Amino acid sequence: MTASKKTIKRRIHGVMFKLPLMITCNEFEDFILAYLEDELSSRERAIFKMHLSVCRECREYLKAYEASMELTKATMTSEETALPESVPEDLVAAVLAARKG
Amino acid sequence: MRLLRRRLKFDTSSERFEAGFGADFEASLQRSVPVVNTSLPEKEEPQKGDELALLRAGDPAASSNFVRDHISWMLAVARRILRDAGHAEDAVQNAFASIFAGLKNFEGRAALKTWMHRIVVNEALAIFRKNRPQKDESIDELLPVFDDNGCRIEAPWASFETPESLLQKSQTTDRVAELIEKLPDSYRVVLVLRDIEEMATSEVAEALGLSETNVKVRLHRARAALKKLLEPLIRGQEL
Ligand SMILES: [Zn+2]
Repeated sequence: MTASKKTIKRRIHGVMFKLPLMITCNEFEDFILAYLEDELSSRERAIFKMHLSVCRECREYLKAYEASMELTKATMTSEETALPESVPEDLVAAVLAARKG
Repeated sequence: MRLLRRRLKFDTSSERFEAGFGADFEASLQRSVPVVNTSLPEKEEPQKGDELALLRAGDPAASSNFVRDHISWMLAVARRILRDAGHAEDAVQNAFASIFAGLKNFEGRAALKTWMHRIVVNEALAIFRKNRPQKDESIDELLPVFDDNGCRIEAPWASFETPESLLQKSQTTDRVAELIEKLPDSYRVVLVLRDIEEMATSEVAEALGLSETNVKVRLHRARAALKKLLEPLIRGQEL
């Protein structure tokens, strides 16, 4: 898509998002955390979903946002990162010395 | 203008909302949501009574085994909170001191490892607070961009690598760890505590001396920024 077509599409969205029960992407952004924490009222949730249904950008953004969370969680708690290759003997010795002293 | 009106009608009709991509998209949301609220995966049965008794009595062999069993994961937790390896070691030493001191009062109601996890997190945060930068570094350049109408500017996602497929590549873990490091400290620590150490918003707020609202704002910005940083991986443009 060319730059000018993109601009036109966004301008159309700009008009559309002012309709009743519509929010802008910027407002949508502020709902994301509460949506994921399941803290939206049913009305807010409907408005959130309505925006998702008409906005390709936010749909893909949210999908990537959630994929990023999942990837972070999975990599950071996986066995290989959670456990260094070997027991740090220096530190074990320091801890045990402090215990005696 | 006619085109405009047609689009509006089409896009906002509830028919499209219900039937369009509802099912698929719903399913993808359902799949990924539990990431947020899963409970601590590493909960264990409390250690057996006799081991605890030996530890409390200061038995050298029991102490040595205990430290060697737990020090690696504790160091990993401290390192996620503190970038500095020396600070992380200090946090672990302090944590063991607190654990040995607290063992006599440990009633075994909570799993031992859960209790120890809280202690090492708290000790790491004590060091974090002491070394925290005075001024928050900016995260703005990693946050999503909107035009004057409030419309999101997001390049189309032509390809999308799922977390599952990325996890099959051996370099992914190191690369993700590297990219998390790029987040400003005050945001990174909130993300680590909430999304990796799985603490509640209220616990994080208390630990960092922030309001719950502030924790939520930081968490969302940190996630948004990390999404931006991980984008080349998720778009399949890297690795
Ligand atoms: Zn949008």
